[in-house]
Amino acid sequence: MDVHDALGPDEQFIQGDKACVYGALIAGCSFFAGYPITPATEISEEMSRLLPKIGGVFMQMEDEIASMGAIIGASWTGRKTMTATSGPGFSLMQENIGYAVMTETPCVIVDVQRGGPSTGQPTKPSQGDVMQARYGSHGDYEIIVLCPSTVQEALELSIRAFNLSEKYRVPVIMLMEESLGHMREKIRIPHDILIVNRDTVDISYSHYKPFRTGYMHATKIPEFAPFGSGYKTFITGLTHDEDGFPSPNDVKVHAELIERLSEKITENIDDIFYADTKYLEYADTVVISYGIAARPSLSAVNRAQRTDRNVAFVNLNTLWPFNYEFIADLSKQVERIIVVEMNMGMIYHKIREAAEGRCDVKLLRVVGGGVPTPKEILELIK
Amino acid sequence: MIRINEDYCKGCGYCILACPTKALKKSNKLNSRGIEVPLMEQEKCNKCHLCELSCPDFAIIVEEE
Amino acid sequence: MISNQEIFDKYIRKNMMPTILCSGCGNGIVLNSILRAIDELGKDIDKMVFVSGIGCSSRLNSYIKADGLHTTHGRPIAFATGIKAANPDLDVVVFTGDGDCAGIGGNHFIHGIRRNIDLTVIALNNYNYGMTGGQASPTTPYESITTTTQYESFEHPFDLSKLAMAAGAPFVARWTMAHPLQLLKTIKKGLAVKGFSFIEVLTACPTSYWRKNHIRDTESMYRWYKENTVSAKRSENEPEKIVIGELQHLDKKEWTEQWTELVERVSL
Repeated sequence: MDVHDALGPDEQFIQGDKACVYGALIAGCSFFAGYPITPATEISEEMSRLLPKIGGVFMQMEDEIASMGAIIGASWTGRKTMTATSGPGFSLMQENIGYAVMTETPCVIVDVQRGGPSTGQPTKPSQGDVMQARYGSHGDYEIIVLCPSTVQEALELSIRAFNLSEKYRVPVIMLMEESLGHMREKIRIPHDILIVNRDTVDISYSHYKPFRTGYMHATKIPEFAPFGSGYKTFITGLTHDEDGFPSPNDVKVHAELIERLSEKITENIDDIFYADTKYLEYADTVVISYGIAARPSLSAVNRAQRTDRNVAFVNLNTLWPFNYEFIADLSKQVERIIVVEMNMGMIYHKIREAAEGRCDVKLLRVVGGGVPTPKEILELIK
Repeated sequence: MIRINEDYCKGCGYCILACPTKALKKSNKLNSRGIEVPLMEQEKCNKCHLCELSCPDFAIIVEEE
Repeated sequence: MISNQEIFDKYIRKNMMPTILCSGCGNGIVLNSILRAIDELGKDIDKMVFVSGIGCSSRLNSYIKADGLHTTHGRPIAFATGIKAANPDLDVVVFTGDGDCAGIGGNHFIHGIRRNIDLTVIALNNYNYGMTGGQASPTTPYESITTTTQYESFEHPFDLSKLAMAAGAPFVARWTMAHPLQLLKTIKKGLAVKGFSFIEVLTACPTSYWRKNHIRDTESMYRWYKENTVSAKRSENEPEKIVIGELQHLDKKEWTEQWTELVERVSL
């Protein structure tokens, strides 16, 4: 049962939510557990329609906490798994997201952002979960967060999300907004994509340690032995050593684990980070945005370019890990950075931090459920 | 034959209570770990294994001689 | 019946012993029972997964030489559901506690049953939150002293087995740590049931619950569990006692079976 047979024609006119599903299935996702929430419900619905057709598993759980738990459990049987939600559900998932980080369980979480806080504005977009996506769970950790701006990107970044999750054995969050989730655009389904699968173990049981690293490849990422493969793997959220057994009183063991979980991401930022950029070469001003806000930002930049303003555009498709070096380099080149976001200023602060006072950093913040217009961005560029 | 692993025994006494033939008794003596390990009366044991089933710590073993 | 040494050598992670459980804690008896059940049934331990939540109950799987998942508080049934649905060839056992199952985990408990996913859930009920020092739990008996009910509790406790029965679990049973032979037989049955089997085991918490509620020696605790429980048949004459035994047997279609049928029907 080829996934492409289930998805239909290569050219389709679909919602962002649906495109996420397409991308996930192309990447090999075969298990989805979720709970209805505006504006992500369509992701669950589309998964419930397609997964049985391709022999996958769909479950509607009793809440978002159970959804996150179920996708982690399922991932430990070797399947690629996903869930989808919005702000209130994302808040509920945080404890188990931390569990996935601690146990190095690959999985993808889609958060289609709506107005918050609390019940907020269920049917309007925002970018209010940006910090939560990075810091939502307790404790020290690193996580990968991707941000599409078009429906095609929602499809393609879904695939990338799975690939990164498998490679780095970390949950990956796809942050979208309601407008992109519910917007329809033409997409083209790609063929012959590179699909990455988690490193599986191929040594004998007697030499096996679930969290040993640096042997098979010189990386900080352990090899995976799915449940049922005879490796008798013990997985716990308690801090643990290479054997996986709880070692909560061992300071050295915990420090090493925390450092490794962080470094496996931060040391690979060049592989993980990706941003769309335009007109960087002679720019004295740069507009940085992400998600749906990147679209009017690009419009404004294009308009400004037509009036001979040397303004560049950066779309942070990868929000986290935050690429300090990339922003620091920009800040050395330009006189002004304009950050456009649909929140009270979140990535803005990180950009200011990375710029270290080398250039002026301005924020255009748009809250209330509207999307910034090219006109208001152009005003700031002038 | 009944064997008690003194490293694992925590002195709960459930084996004594479970034994139907009184082959296990309170010793009223503490070992070096401070545990009151039961006294065994091997000849009374009928190998029902109830002591093993009642031990929370795999500390009592009933084996063929 | 084989010796504890054989069970130990076959199934226990030696480097993790002795257990962290207190002297007189009944939880270890359940560990012994379930390993014997698995052995007597001739099950392939490499096709089993032991999932647990948080608490003294949930430490049991760290002693078993098999795939194990020690999850977040209250959520083992949700994680276990994902494992079973993703790979129905695995036999999934859940260790949970009274607080883990019916407190924070209450929602997952009833929905796991409603879904009737093939799990064997063993709830070790010691009448309090033991790991954190003895706070009141959803099953703490009426008018008990605990660290959070220092003037006696007045919330009416749950009967976990009755909850499971009312939710429609196809197999519900309750024993105590003083009934290990019966427990062993029941666990074998529960493992064989294709659907959500719920086995509640009343176990003593000597350090917190009983010490605060005026029973301070393990012999008296053991006798308490024998004297305050009664079989369903005799319960009419002794209504104040806790009913133990196999309490419910229902015939119900199971989740993974029905999912497989669905996929066969609609797949391309």
